[in-house]
Amino acid sequence: MKNKYVYALLWASTIVTAMILIFILGFVVLKGSSALSVEFLIDIPRRGGEAGGIFPAILGTFYLVIIALVVAVPLGVGGALYLVEFQKENIITKIIRFGADTLNAVPSIIFGLFGFAFLVYYLKLGVCILSGGVTLAFMVLPTILRTSEEALRAVPGWDKEGSYALGATKLQTIKNIVLPQSLSGIITGIVLSIGRAAGETAPIIFTAAILNPVLPESVFDPTMSLPSHLYTLVSESTPEKLVNAYGTALVLIILVLITTYSAMLFRKYFTRHVRR
Amino acid sequence: MEEKMEIEDLNLWYGTFQALKDIELDIYENRVTAIIGPSGCGKSTLIRCLNRMNDLLNDVTIEGEIELDDEDISKIDVVTLRKRIGMVFQKPNPFPMSIFDNIAYGPKIHGTKDKKKLREIVEDSLKRAVLWDEVKDDLNKSALDLSGGQQQRLCIARTLAVKPEVILFDEPCSALDPISTRKIEDLIAKLKENYTIVIVTHNMQQAARVSDFTAFMYLGKMLEFDTTKNIFTNPKNEKTESYISGRFG
Repeated sequence: MKNKYVYALLWASTIVTAMILIFILGFVVLKGSSALSVEFLIDIPRRGGEAGGIFPAILGTFYLVIIALVVAVPLGVGGALYLVEFQKENIITKIIRFGADTLNAVPSIIFGLFGFAFLVYYLKLGVCILSGGVTLAFMVLPTILRTSEEALRAVPGWDKEGSYALGATKLQTIKNIVLPQSLSGIITGIVLSIGRAAGETAPIIFTAAILNPVLPESVFDPTMSLPSHLYTLVSESTPEKLVNAYGTALVLIILVLITTYSAMLFRKYFTRHVRR
Repeated sequence: MEEKMEIEDLNLWYGTFQALKDIELDIYENRVTAIIGPSGCGKSTLIRCLNRMNDLLNDVTIEGEIELDDEDISKIDVVTLRKRIGMVFQKPNPFPMSIFDNIAYGPKIHGTKDKKKLREIVEDSLKRAVLWDEVKDDLNKSALDLSGGQQQRLCIARTLAVKPEVILFDEPCSALDPISTRKIEDLIAKLKENYTIVIVTHNMQQAARVSDFTAFMYLGKMLEFDTTKNIFTNPKNEKTESYISGRFG
């Protein structure tokens, strides 16, 4: 009898979770699809976003995510390799791990503030793609570090021993045995990071984002981005701007879904070749 | 009968726990030396000293000397040492790659790039490990699809591919069924023509079947070392006698 209640409760939680997702997605699709058109994707915003498209914002988001990954992936994966393969457990590894977990819990606006104070002002980089991308990198770094660490730790010790016993060096073992087997887990962390970096407004609003619909020419130029454009449109909320806001949200969701899905395809393709 | 390896006055500590005490042992060329003893006696620890696998662990202290062809192994570059002394583990541990790539792994990391040469090595190694006939049409299949016994012979072939002089077997049959065990034992008997072999086993019948010399270890000490025949028919130490007659262990 008791079983039945627990079962019903768990079932209800699942349904509610799924419903929330479906409701949000459905709402955005319903409200935003009327704004979608080829012009919307390739034109620059006109009349303050009431007309035209969002191309500079799409491009800007793309650049920001790329910069964030270029900075955070080597640091995160490298740091994880150090923790797992090169350093035995001691007080320093505990501090690093505690630091990463704390960093993960820091609100994104704090990263924005830090990026503004340190990168924009102190290093005099100015409001630009580089400042915004690096700020986003700081934000996703703990996720990449910790997921990579878990993935590296999951590689069985007997595989590494087998490699060492054949006379392989540590670097050869990492390259041929450890990385191929942990790549799938590392990619998962990167995918989570892409979603977060593409969608956050707070870290870039002081460090990279502008309202001017101009295309950046280098990483030292400021840029529009999807979340900050969305934020501006909603805060001014004329009827035309609201429609375009939903359109922008829809594009953002679709882009993140495409990225996630292709990463998963890659992972599936890869794990078929390297499987345990 | 030449001495291939010589262990002199070897002591090993894990932290403050002494796992090996004053070990002396000679390993003869082209012979099979078995190390037997109850669980926890230090036999696996000892065999892992021979190719310096214990270097990978933290907090291990080793004193004493181990020689390979009269050369102190702690002075030999560890990559060279492990090329000369191969190891087969308790649990078959093929890499999650194809059969071909498993065997070619060793030669590749040691610099063999030529495809034709690699194919020759793979075929030769699999033949020596008596696995060629079973897998010659499936070299691109994942090694993980093989049975446990085949996986262990694959691991032996992988070891042979780097052309070692000594092969260490750390309880190679403890995860295998009797038929696969028999095949590995036959293989070891064949391999000693070209290689020097050390095998750790908790199976006394196995030691009696495959080895020429047997060392009996107990609580980190080597209590007795003699020809296998003498150990099993005429043991001098009473602990050895009660162990091989099955009274403890």
